[in-house]
Amino acid sequence: MNIHAIRAIYLFEMARTGRTLLQSIVAPVLSTSLYFIVFGAAIGSRMQEIDGVSYGSFIVPGLIMLTLLTQSISNASFAIYFPKFTGTIYEVLSAPVSPVEIVTGYVGAAATKSIILALIILATAGLFVEIEIQHPVWMLLFLVLTAVTFSLFGFIIGIWADGFEKLQLVPLLIVTPLTFLGGSFYSINMLPPVWQTVALFNPVVYLVSGFRWSFFGTADVNIGISLSMTLVFLFICLAIVTWIFRTGYRLKN
Amino acid sequence: MQNIISVANLSKVYASGFEALKDVSLDIRRGEIFALLGPNGAGKTTLISIICGLVNPSRGRVLADGHDVVAEYKAARSRIGLVPQELTTDAFETVWATVTFSRGLFGKPANPAHIEKILRELSLWDKKDSKLRTLSGGMKRRVMIAKALSHEPDILFLDEPTAGVDVELRRDMWEVVRQLRQSGVTIILTTHYIEEAEEMADRIGVIHRGQIILVEEKAELMRKLGKKQLTLQLQEPIDALPAGLESYGLKLDGAGDELVYSYDADAEQKGIADLLKALGAAGIHYKDLQTSQRSLEEIFVSLVSERT
Repeated sequence: MNIHAIRAIYLFEMARTGRTLLQSIVAPVLSTSLYFIVFGAAIGSRMQEIDGVSYGSFIVPGLIMLTLLTQSISNASFAIYFPKFTGTIYEVLSAPVSPVEIVTGYVGAAATKSIILALIILATAGLFVEIEIQHPVWMLLFLVLTAVTFSLFGFIIGIWADGFEKLQLVPLLIVTPLTFLGGSFYSINMLPPVWQTVALFNPVVYLVSGFRWSFFGTADVNIGISLSMTLVFLFICLAIVTWIFRTGYRLKN
Repeated sequence: MQNIISVANLSKVYASGFEALKDVSLDIRRGEIFALLGPNGAGKTTLISIICGLVNPSRGRVLADGHDVVAEYKAARSRIGLVPQELTTDAFETVWATVTFSRGLFGKPANPAHIEKILRELSLWDKKDSKLRTLSGGMKRRVMIAKALSHEPDILFLDEPTAGVDVELRRDMWEVVRQLRQSGVTIILTTHYIEEAEEMADRIGVIHRGQIILVEEKAELMRKLGKKQLTLQLQEPIDALPAGLESYGLKLDGAGDELVYSYDADAEQKGIADLLKALGAAGIHYKDLQTSQRSLEEIFVSLVSERT
């Protein structure tokens, strides 16, 4: 294992976050705080409790998951797309680094950044609403699993994209709508029966539900199913990344 | 001399169907400077890219220091440094950070003393904390060489190392390359500047339409193919060549006051001596003479045009 290479890629990516602190950390924290002010304090105070949890607290896991998904994808896709765009990818491809090491470096850094961000948002949420975490280990497990899975997904998007427009296409047109419709701001039990069934085809439902269970002990779907679905998506992403490196898709001629 | 790179029956067909390399076989000797010449699209960069792992070969095998570049890619690549043709740099990184990154990427532990040595040798030490976007093109080219040398490679590929570099800096680069060779690094360079190959290379390979058409010691190539010319400035113009001189293939130039004699380098001594004797016997006297040799560029052009 080329530990020095993994470390080099990881630190390089983390240093990039340091250089773009406003964009990387401050902007997501600010926008999430606005969600809490609008949905938690202003609107939430007029809404009834859901499963015995105040609305302001109820949306905390969903908002964290929303940020975790979008930031994981954004961090990882940009991390691999930008070297492709500038041409500096040649150095990674000509280095004695295995695909596993490359992915560990890039995805590890992207996941770390989004986990840090999620924890900052969790702390920020604590300033607005009361937070109780019933299953902290499960909470961390879902946090790490989701960050890694969606960083892998972002890595795939970054390799697939051949322009900045495509880089934004999937996150904006697919991931964000799925996240908003995935129960971030409501329980899917609040939907009409037909839409409850439709919602079960949305993978984000399982992530939000599982994550919310780790906070409040209640969930829209069984925790085992949530975990299984997250793992399924993780393995699908791993399979695609393996195929990319095996074929050299959009990396090598 | 031991080979450090062995290319055997290498072919590359791109997805478009374009055959960039056709059954190329080539050996690079340890410690030499090898210049790979060829017109645009000849296959130079494809060949280098396959050796360095940037392009997958369709057929054939490449060994770098005895390691297969596909099956044992880690061992092979750790011995290779690449300076690509394009100036691709991370604009917002500092010189120090980007060179340190390259060393780590190639699996070497941090060694600030070595990085400092490289930066000093490449006259980059004063710029170590500068962002790459603030550097000139020549400086960026040096940074790319520094990155390629950061992991102490045995083999260095320089793809058009002085493209777009001014004359003074180009000569500085040549000096850097010579110093690298003295330190034991094998250097393979591609270039459009024949002058560059002529100045630095030990051996020269010519690639054309995906095939290696010639590999030769530079000195031997110049000797074999370097036609020489002797130009005689006559004291008095003549209207026609006197009888008995036809066998020399002389050409009467200028206003009849210049004789040009072309000859192979091999036949140099005897040919000239005989000619001068014959001219004296014919009563033709000259006031000045000069010799010139075909440049490597002329040799290259004639080699390629023969196969076009």
